[in-house]
Amino acid sequence: MALLEVKNMTHYFGGLRAVYNYNLTIEQGEIRGLIGPNGAGKTTIFNLITGIYKPTEGIITLDGENIVGLQPYQIAAKGIGRTFQNLQLWRHMSVIDHVKLAQYSKIRYGLVGAFFGTPLRHRQEQEIEDRSLELLELVGIRHLADQIVTNLPYGAQRRVEMARALATDPKILFLDEPTVGMNPEELKDMMEIIRRVHEELGLAIFLIEHRMKVVMDLCQRIQTLVFGEVVAEGTPEEIRNNPIVIEAYLGKEIET
Amino acid sequence: MAVVSETIDERTTLWSRMRVWLRKNYGEVPLFAWLVGALVAAIIEMLVGNPFARLIGMPRGPVLFGFLIVLKTPLLIPPAILYNLVIYIFPTLLVARLLGSLSNRIAGWLMDRSVILSTLIHLGLLYATLHIWASFNDYRVLVVKLILLAIMITLSLNVVNGYMGEFSCSHPGFMAMGAYTASILSVVFFVDDSVFGPAILPPVLGQFAFPLILIISGLVASISALLVAVPSFRTRGDYLAIISLAFTFIVKSLIENLEIVGGPRGMRGQPDWATLPVVFVWTMLCVWVINNYVRSTFGKTMNAVRDGEMAANAMTINTRRTKMVTFLFAAFWAGVAGGLLAHVLRYVNPGSFGIQKLAEVLAMVYFGGLNSVVGSIVGAVGFNLLSEALRPLELYKWIIIPIMIILIMIYRPTGLIAFTEFDVKKIIQPRNRDREA
Repeated sequence: MALLEVKNMTHYFGGLRAVYNYNLTIEQGEIRGLIGPNGAGKTTIFNLITGIYKPTEGIITLDGENIVGLQPYQIAAKGIGRTFQNLQLWRHMSVIDHVKLAQYSKIRYGLVGAFFGTPLRHRQEQEIEDRSLELLELVGIRHLADQIVTNLPYGAQRRVEMARALATDPKILFLDEPTVGMNPEELKDMMEIIRRVHEELGLAIFLIEHRMKVVMDLCQRIQTLVFGEVVAEGTPEEIRNNPIVIEAYLGKEIET
Repeated sequence: MAVVSETIDERTTLWSRMRVWLRKNYGEVPLFAWLVGALVAAIIEMLVGNPFARLIGMPRGPVLFGFLIVLKTPLLIPPAILYNLVIYIFPTLLVARLLGSLSNRIAGWLMDRSVILSTLIHLGLLYATLHIWASFNDYRVLVVKLILLAIMITLSLNVVNGYMGEFSCSHPGFMAMGAYTASILSVVFFVDDSVFGPAILPPVLGQFAFPLILIISGLVASISALLVAVPSFRTRGDYLAIISLAFTFIVKSLIENLEIVGGPRGMRGQPDWATLPVVFVWTMLCVWVINNYVRSTFGKTMNAVRDGEMAANAMTINTRRTKMVTFLFAAFWAGVAGGLLAHVLRYVNPGSFGIQKLAEVLAMVYFGGLNSVVGSIVGAVGFNLLSEALRPLELYKWIIIPIMIILIMIYRPTGLIAFTEFDVKKIIQPRNRDREA
């Protein structure tokens, strides 16, 4: 059984058709790419699967369980972690607090613990903190744990988002343009982190990306989306040579 | 430290020289010594305050550091300053200096035993100081009680407006709910009243039932908060501000039209249960519980709701639950504070829970600092002291205070002490640990 399965998903914003008849199957441990020109509906697909929008039609199953209509936090707790295209960090909070908060679904001490500081709370807070530091180590920003996120350079902020998404203990990680706006150095580091996360945690990864190099290097299979419809699907090699993709995404070659 | 004082050139002002002197002599003095110093000052005032005041030409010991008397008769400024120096400042500084190293040892010893014990001893000292200082004069007792209540109210509103970043205007409404619930309960059960009939239970039990009455008042306020929370937290934006403002007005006019509780004339006859120790204990409990909440990962979800609700949702946080819990929690403490207020004044009327109260509470929150327990305490104490001190100016008080708030909003838009964590351990720890290590 596939880890994540989307069948015939269609979504309208009013009269505008944003996504049409979209299908997706992601297996355990697979890295899957989604490319397409601006406005093709890539982020909308992310938002549909993670529950921010409810699809007009279609079925989405995670581990065989239907997740259409669940609240975003419920879907996140079931195992879909995500990052955002334009950073969505909490601007007054420290790095470690970001990672700790993403473990919210594991908190068991409840209101009594929160109000009166029970031993259970201290134990759990300690566990959460230890786990957070591990994750920060994994993405290489442990030394920045106590910094306020807005004081960090852009590359580090991206890593905070990554660590935060990992802290939700996902089975599958959705990365919305993880390398956008990065310089070559940061880009290399980020690809390294994605690989490490994939290998060490054995996560499936679903990736939106604009940079061909990143997608071609990382992904096993790639979908190309144009105006909300998948026009091509295949291995990086097939996608690179597919004439429809070249035309829609890279532009038409002009014969001279 | 020595290097600093040597490199200072002649241009230094008196102020910076004083700072260097303070840092050199008092940099390592822990809170413990300051509290003992303040206690000694309070005892000195109790013993010789009035005779000393008469000696230097004042009618009697000034009630509020001489502010009131000075504003009435400016000629008394020098004796008032002298009084403050001799009675308060010199003894405190002297005792703090003398006890510096000894109290560092005491604080360290207590800290190693148990943080809770150490905290309780510090609170005990604080209470003793307040008690002795306040017992000098009945007016002081009232001021201290009102300031303690203001701390509770400010803090509980800061939870919603500062930590969670929503804008709630319903605190006067919650206080009114709490105040009237507590008043009705204590009058019905423990007082022979002309409207509610004779006491149902023996009045001696009242003192012991009072905590329960306050908790019920808080819960009633919480339940009434559901009326605001359910519709307004379905979405984000300004809805909460509008609905909560409406709530305050609804509660006020509801009470005004309820003849059984006196209508606009108000209700009196509450027993004298809200003594200084009772108010102090409740305030400390409130600070402790709220501080626990805002520092837990569970409570920090409020900050996530404020700074980015979509991201919070995507990170498994049930933001709706956070908003409901926080709002009801804040309403609970506003209710408790209201119940206490009714018993401090021993009189409530709906007029005191209107728009002016709201302005006052909001001013205290934004004056002190958003997202900060210390800020709220500073805001409540500062605002109330200022407001009491400027009382002789009557109407002009309401020109001076708003101007100060406007200035703070311009130069420190989030308030005096915003976005800090309140860590009791750091405050009560000995100050010489880094040197020993």
